Amino acid sequence: MKAGTKFVAGAAVIIIGVGALIFEGVKQTGTYFLTTTELAERTSTDPTFHEVGIKLGAQVVPGTIRRDAASQTIDFEVTDGTTQIPVSYRGLAPDTFTDDVDIEVVVEGRLGTDGVFQATTLLAKCGSRYEAEYDNEAQV
Amino acid sequence: MTLLGQFALWAGWLIALWAAVLSFSGRWQGRPELRASLTGAVYAVFGCMVVASLALWYGLVTHDFNIEYVASYTSRTLPEYFVFSAFWAGQKGSLLLWAVVLALFSALAQFMTSRRHADLLPWVAGVTSITIFFFITVMLFSANPFERLAFTPPDGRGLNPQLQNLGMMIHPPMLYLGYISITIPFAFAMAALLSGKLDTGWIQAIRKWTILSWLFLSAGIVLGMWWAYVELGWGGYWAWDPVENASFLPWLTMTAFLHSVMIQEKRGMLKRWNLALIIGTFLLSIFGTFITRSGVIASVHSFTQSSVGYYFLAFLVISGVLAYTLLYTKWDRLEAEVELESMVSREAAFLFNNLILVGIAFSVLWGTLFPILSELVQGTKVTVGPPFFNKVNVPLGLALLALTGIGPLIAWRKASTANLRRQFLFPLGSGLVVAVVLWLLGARSLYPLMTIGLAGFVAGTVLQEFYRGSRARHRIHGESYLMATLRLIGRNRRRYGGYIVHVGILVLFVAFAGYAFKVDQEATLVPGESVELRSPFGHTYTLTHLGVSQFEYLNRFVSQATVEVAKNGVPAGRMSSEKRQHINSLREFEFQPSTEVGIRSSAQEDLYIVYAGSVEGTEEAVYRFTINPLVIWVWIGGVILVVGGIITMWPGGYGPTRERRPVQVGYEAELAGSA
Repeated sequence: MKAGTKFVAGAAVIIIGVGALIFEGVKQTGTYFLTTTELAERTSTDPTFHEVGIKLGAQVVPGTIRRDAASQTIDFEVTDGTTQIPVSYRGLAPDTFTDDVDIEVVVEGRLGTDGVFQATTLLAKCGSRYEAEYDNEAQV
Repeated sequence: MTLLGQFALWAGWLIALWAAVLSFSGRWQGRPELRASLTGAVYAVFGCMVVASLALWYGLVTHDFNIEYVASYTSRTLPEYFVFSAFWAGQKGSLLLWAVVLALFSALAQFMTSRRHADLLPWVAGVTSITIFFFITVMLFSANPFERLAFTPPDGRGLNPQLQNLGMMIHPPMLYLGYISITIPFAFAMAALLSGKLDTGWIQAIRKWTILSWLFLSAGIVLGMWWAYVELGWGGYWAWDPVENASFLPWLTMTAFLHSVMIQEKRGMLKRWNLALIIGTFLLSIFGTFITRSGVIASVHSFTQSSVGYYFLAFLVISGVLAYTLLYTKWDRLEAEVELESMVSREAAFLFNNLILVGIAFSVLWGTLFPILSELVQGTKVTVGPPFFNKVNVPLGLALLALTGIGPLIAWRKASTANLRRQFLFPLGSGLVVAVVLWLLGARSLYPLMTIGLAGFVAGTVLQEFYRGSRARHRIHGESYLMATLRLIGRNRRRYGGYIVHVGILVLFVAFAGYAFKVDQEATLVPGESVELRSPFGHTYTLTHLGVSQFEYLNRFVSQATVEVAKNGVPAGRMSSEKRQHINSLREFEFQPSTEVGIRSSAQEDLYIVYAGSVEGTEEAVYRFTINPLVIWVWIGGVILVVGGIITMWPGGYGPTRERRPVQVGYEAELAGSA
């Protein structure tokens, strides 16, 4: 067999290997990223969805944050504008998770059958102030 | 001054357009005055960008808060050096930085390139000018750093406290320098295609530029890891965040390119592949900016989402289509001069190294774009996170590490069995010894064992190369071994500098393996209460909470929590972590409170403490304690990598004057000569 042919065979093995790793990786670790409305629809049509770990991206409802420092638990409600879901997170909140009005969060976890989303991770992004912008009638 | 800056932008914009039109029209051929005008235009654009940059800096240091950019990123209480670096704190300033640096590099490429490659330069000027033209266009029509406000605020909004860090002063410009300098090799590749001079000339002309760009990317990435580690407080340095991935992608393809050009230089193979690779690298650097700036993929690097991203998307698509079409039109003229002779050859090892690097790049790109792709295909967004990237990239990374050891050992063209035996015995032996010793010490996890064993193999390779080279010099020239080693590096900078880079890579791999043994614990402690942490190296830390103190310092209010550390019962000093609330000159709060972590590093591990807050105003504090094994080796590996890279590109030594050299070089040739 010519070296070129052997190389093509070797290359094919690598390419198939990379493809298989990617395919398996997505299958085993891929996580749904849903809005609160999508999550509510999914779980109402398919109750087994309560057992599936997902990521939920939504806005924190202002004034709903309750922190219990002793048990390191934070309870709050999130919404996408239509559906509101209570979230319970145990752990340390990032600096960006504050009581400001427009906090966007991504929580990872499961929606319990009691309707409370048990979050294991919490990412927060403060929409307006991370990179400050003056948006009034600026002129050049 | 904004008027001057504004004027400089417009002038630079017009001159760059002139240069691009002149270059691509080809009218300069046979007309020296037009050719001189083209070179002059490149220098003039650089002059304009310098003036624009000075104008912005002037606005920053004079606290001209009427300028929107100045008001958005600085305040009167901000320390001077951060006012200076606020130049690139935001998008608009970053674009200007990009333009001025690209203009500088374009001018240097015209000025410093050897006369032998002079035929390529007018085309190079066209490609760099059109790229600068694009950046100035974005500034003028979408993100003008000189935009003024309708009113003048009494004080600016200040710089985000997370950006008030030394690493943040240098990390973004380093990374930008890496991204930007890719444009020069890309421009030479395009010049080769446009001019039809498809020999190795363009590769020789860009040799230093590719290493420079790789070096800046590497330094930028490692500095970014360091910043994330000391500033973001989650106890790690790499999270496979889209923006991190975006910086990793061109690094991977550039690394592949650095290796595959060697095959083209020595054997005349892979011409098409090299061109495709450098075009891809350039596109990935633009893609990185697009990802960062457009907000199409959610990232913790939450930059303002703006229309700028769409400019980049358009530029990405247009330049990609044009560059690959151009490559396609010259396809037939880029036939390889020889065929691959054997699978057991350095060429084959490099080819596999390239495939794996590109495979890693593909998987990272796939994972980064997966939320978008899955939404397009299935209608539901599916994300993949660190588990995906680790699962795919750990095996690929290990294969790459193995090739790092194999490549330098194996002969060009076709390795004989004798060559293999002579070359592989010691490195394989050392890898095996390292793995067995670790096993006996009780290490049982597969991946870390394999990583460190392979690192031993690569270390054996490099040691053997240095030893044999030095021994040859010692015998021939009668130099002491130390002198022989130093001269060896000095005379073969590219080769031995490259080996030093390999040492940096293996140190990084070992450090990454340490991450698998991370220990994490959260605790809520009243003063006097303590918690115990057991290190993977076997000792025990006792951490006793001492209390929380509050004070005002520089531009911030600080709450500082302190713990007493004892290692195996022996007192080992105190560590503290802070919550900071930054204030402006009017004593108003700026930004959200930020966390300052406490870190104590040793060769074995870092003790990393985070004060997360107190229980309702008492001194009962919530902490997270982390033991991060081998983290210090990430920074050491990064430094070795950069040092090796600098040696490789240091002027002198075997310069690019040499044409294609015989395939067996270095100590083997010298040994043959001495026999």
